[in-house]
Amino acid sequence: MRLNGKPLVSIVSAGMSKFGKHDGLLAREIFSIAASEAFSRCPKLNPKSDIKALFIGQMGEAYEHQGHMGAVSADWAGLVGVPATRTESACASSGAALRAGIYAVMSGLADVVMVGGAEKMTHRTTSEVTEYLAMASDYPFEQFHGITFPGLFAMMATAHMHAYGTTEKQITMAAVKNHFHGSLNPKAHIQKEITLENAMASRYVAWPLKLYDCSLITDGASCLILTRPELASKYTDTPVQIVGSGQASDSIGLYERKSLTSLQSTKTAAKMAYDMAEVKPSDMNMAEVHDCFTFAELMAYEDLGFCKEGESGKLIESGETRLGGCIPVNTSGGLKAKGHPVGATGTAQAYEIYLQLTDQAGKRQVKDANIGLTHNVGGSGATAAVHIYRRDK
Amino acid sequence: MSTQEPFTIEQFYKFMTQKKLMAGRCLKCGKIHLPPRLLCDNCYGQQFEWMQISGKGKLVTYTVIHVAPQQFQALTPYAVGIVQLENGLRIPGMIPGLTQEQLKIGLELTLDFGTCSTSQTWPQWQRYCFEP
Repeated sequence: MRLNGKPLVSIVSAGMSKFGKHDGLLAREIFSIAASEAFSRCPKLNPKSDIKALFIGQMGEAYEHQGHMGAVSADWAGLVGVPATRTESACASSGAALRAGIYAVMSGLADVVMVGGAEKMTHRTTSEVTEYLAMASDYPFEQFHGITFPGLFAMMATAHMHAYGTTEKQITMAAVKNHFHGSLNPKAHIQKEITLENAMASRYVAWPLKLYDCSLITDGASCLILTRPELASKYTDTPVQIVGSGQASDSIGLYERKSLTSLQSTKTAAKMAYDMAEVKPSDMNMAEVHDCFTFAELMAYEDLGFCKEGESGKLIESGETRLGGCIPVNTSGGLKAKGHPVGATGTAQAYEIYLQLTDQAGKRQVKDANIGLTHNVGGSGATAAVHIYRRDK
Repeated sequence: MSTQEPFTIEQFYKFMTQKKLMAGRCLKCGKIHLPPRLLCDNCYGQQFEWMQISGKGKLVTYTVIHVAPQQFQALTPYAVGIVQLENGLRIPGMIPGLTQEQLKIGLELTLDFGTCSTSQTWPQWQRYCFEP
């Protein structure tokens, strides 16, 4: 589908809880915090009568022994009665919720839709979280053989280092950059800068990835309110337009994929989104990419077309993906510093772009930001969702 | 070769107890499936035959796991990798006994059929591994 840059849907509001450790709060309660922000940002919206569908991304029932999060989230957001569905695509669960919301609005079945995500993780041990996250990878040939989630991205990093000479230091530089950005985001889980020396000295989780190469175990929730572009002015003077949407799947097992150094799902979803919006990678003013591990951010640079295959190490070294560079990446702090409450991540990326394109990003505001991209990956890359956003003209 | 057994992952692991590495070959398009499938993802064929394949191959990538789920924690640090077999198909698995320094891409490895782990109710599959 080509839209000549015409918007698919408009974002008229957005909300996000603080990301971090929310002791004593359940995922549904954290989601109600995000919903409350979205509602109060948009006083012209009457949630009970206007919102016609809710799609919520949540990765795992195991964290809270709670499934059926669609209905639970609708209830705690004051939307009982609204058709509410959970979308599960591992770490891309709310990227998929956003895509589902676009389907709903563009089909004409729902004029106003809420999409979001929530996950509560910090009450579990690292070993438990490692086990639950691994459920998003292949069971019979990966999990069964002790291959963890960091392990899968580590194997991609090993192959990339071998093929292109990418170094551990280049990989870990993404952590230093994202912690710098996180230090400017009052909603980030960790708001402290780190040094490359400390990060390089951290212990290995799955060689060559170290503790500081891994995203955080975080509690959080996020949401967006979408509507048809022609209805946006009814709700806000400052809508953000979604002009491209792509989603793709790939073989669940890393061993079954053609490439070990790139994600075909990302490439396919990005091409869909770029073509739909009639833009190219160099048109992007900023991007929120899926840095579940630092190496995943480098791979995203290549798969999204910000640099050539094999040159992501040089791109991170150049500083161009840092705030002030030509393509700032993960100004929110990314999954690395803002945190990665898995189900909430996709729409939290969109929340950051929403803030940037409405000049509300504070100390980390990208100057003259007009167009941005989000990239949300599920599992080790069996799902990817890419969306492109434009400031309303 | 018998064609009685279903072309399932369960059956793939049952063959491990007979010290056989078996793949399913689609009778319609010839695609070899490791693990076997009931529906060919290439041509949608549903007729297959078993073929025994060599467990020899080369390491195409690897990592050493230091943080593992509870079940594997006692084994840490342990190496895992993806091995490209002689027929070009790839399969992942553990590489016990090799240290970080001994691992390198291109290393020649052979599948060891392992022993069945009965520590859990499901699945009771025999966990193969790779050795130099």
